[in-house]
Amino acid sequence: MKEEAKAARKRVFEKIMEIIFILCACMSILAVALICFFLFTKGIPGMAKIGIFKFLGGQVWKPGNDIYGILPMILGSVYVTGLALVIGVPIGLLTAIFMARFCPKKLYKVVKPAVDLLAGIPSVVYGFFGMVVIVPVVRALTDALGARGNGVSLLTAAILLGIMILPTIISVSEAAIRAVPESYYEGSLGLGADPVRSVFKAVLPAAKSGIMAGIILGVGRAIGETMAVIMVAGNNPAMPKGLLQGVRTLTANIVIEMGYAQDLHREALIATGVVLFVFILIINLCFSIVKRRDK
Amino acid sequence: MADTTAVDFNIQEEEPETNAADIVGINKQTFGQKLKSYTRKPTSLIMLILVIGAAVITLAVLIFIIAYILINGVPNLSWSLFRWNYNSENSSMMPAIINTVIMTILALLISVPFGIGAAVYLVEYAKRGNKLVGIVRITAETLTGIPSIVYGLFGMLFFVTQLKWRLSMLAGAFTLAIMILPVIMRTTEEALMAVPDSYREGSFGLGAGKFRTVFKIILPSAMPGILSGVILAIGRIVGETAALMYTAGTVPAVQGLLSSGRTLAVHMYVLSSEGLYMGPAYATAVILLVVVLLMNLGSSLIAKRLTKGN
Repeated sequence: MKEEAKAARKRVFEKIMEIIFILCACMSILAVALICFFLFTKGIPGMAKIGIFKFLGGQVWKPGNDIYGILPMILGSVYVTGLALVIGVPIGLLTAIFMARFCPKKLYKVVKPAVDLLAGIPSVVYGFFGMVVIVPVVRALTDALGARGNGVSLLTAAILLGIMILPTIISVSEAAIRAVPESYYEGSLGLGADPVRSVFKAVLPAAKSGIMAGIILGVGRAIGETMAVIMVAGNNPAMPKGLLQGVRTLTANIVIEMGYAQDLHREALIATGVVLFVFILIINLCFSIVKRRDK
Repeated sequence: MADTTAVDFNIQEEEPETNAADIVGINKQTFGQKLKSYTRKPTSLIMLILVIGAAVITLAVLIFIIAYILINGVPNLSWSLFRWNYNSENSSMMPAIINTVIMTILALLISVPFGIGAAVYLVEYAKRGNKLVGIVRITAETLTGIPSIVYGLFGMLFFVTQLKWRLSMLAGAFTLAIMILPVIMRTTEEALMAVPDSYREGSFGLGAGKFRTVFKIILPSAMPGILSGVILAIGRIVGETAALMYTAGTVPAVQGLLSSGRTLAVHMYVLSSEGLYMGPAYATAVILLVVVLLMNLGSSLIAKRLTKGN
């Protein structure tokens, strides 16, 4: 009888512990639900008050006159991200190829931690580096070309973001290239192709979707980056005019003005966050679709 | 008789040597051969140069960033930067350092138990094809992709405004706790999956219950993996700025959990955006970089010990 009671108590205890673990697992669901709920309920009313098309399509952002159009910021984010990809993807992908196929083992022990370190450097340090190194270089370039601008520009932000997305692209692409069966490479060699050609024509196409996933992750990182971009992009809320002119991104818009924003202005900034969040959700969706196709 | 065997022996010794040399000659091209084959195919040579060039660029950028910050920053380190109280004259980073430590401990205390608990459920309890597991994985992946400014916005709306915690260390810590949750979950999951099934079978065989097996057998042997995840999370907390600006605020003083306080990264952003304190900003960058370097080193050392142990 006593034994039975003990066993029953143990069963209840095990059940309770399992429920506790389930609750822990539900934390991430709760977090996502809360984030979605609060962003959308606080952001969408503001968007509706301004008018969705006026808000998303408006070319003028003048909080003082209650004019809230975030098209300049949307385009700013898109241009900066696009240009960052142009810089970051070729370098990242080629580095990944080097690490996966051409890197001597001894060198790999140095390169791999270096890439991890590149991912670990805080964005505010990147921003500071951009401020004191890349901005003067771009300013010199601007002067040499005789163009208008003082170094804080779309190009500066894109160069910095191109560096910042390198580790994401490198590590995901490297894993994808390594996952390609060795027989692809050997088969190509056996058909008479040299090692470089074998890697580019046989191995790389097979790793295509993994590399794509890495690039999508890079897009997410670039579009969401805040502090580094604020420190080098100039942040004037006008339509982007050129490579060497200042630009403001969605993320910068939120951080710069949230400190003193009131009422509708504040709601407009939260709505900017909603637009950014929707962008990120779409990017996440693309990522999981590409990954699923990979399997 | 003894003589002939000795001779035989000698011959046997010599033969493999020449064979080995031949094999090397067939499989490995000499530099000259490589050069010849590449001059015949210039596109391959160009691609190879591009591949190596890209790797050199990546390494050079990293070395340049670190060297530039260290060379320009170290001379700016001075004792006045480590005074207990901040004022605009000494722009001391001591309060920010203390706040960073408090913030890190607080965020870890909130996040680690849930993260480990969630990973234990996913790996040890959930059955194959469980629908909850799929949802948890998707939401964790979503959390990984959310940029820190969105976390900051959410923290401001929920913890600061809705729960009326105002700008406070606590609001900042909870925001960061959500941010690092997926990191802890993923690394713990991987560590748990690396524990051999024989450990579990052995424990069950000796009559231990599920909970006891998890706590006494599985978690201890997965500890190094969990630890390297925690270190990764510390790195993110220390470097975070955007999520803290409007949750923990930017007050440069240590005032307790329910008041605002800036961490080191926020401190550095404020200094460099004001433009007047470039020296202290350089010095802060050095401290941040050194912390991140140490964290990376610690994490990779643990990972190395882990792979050696297996």
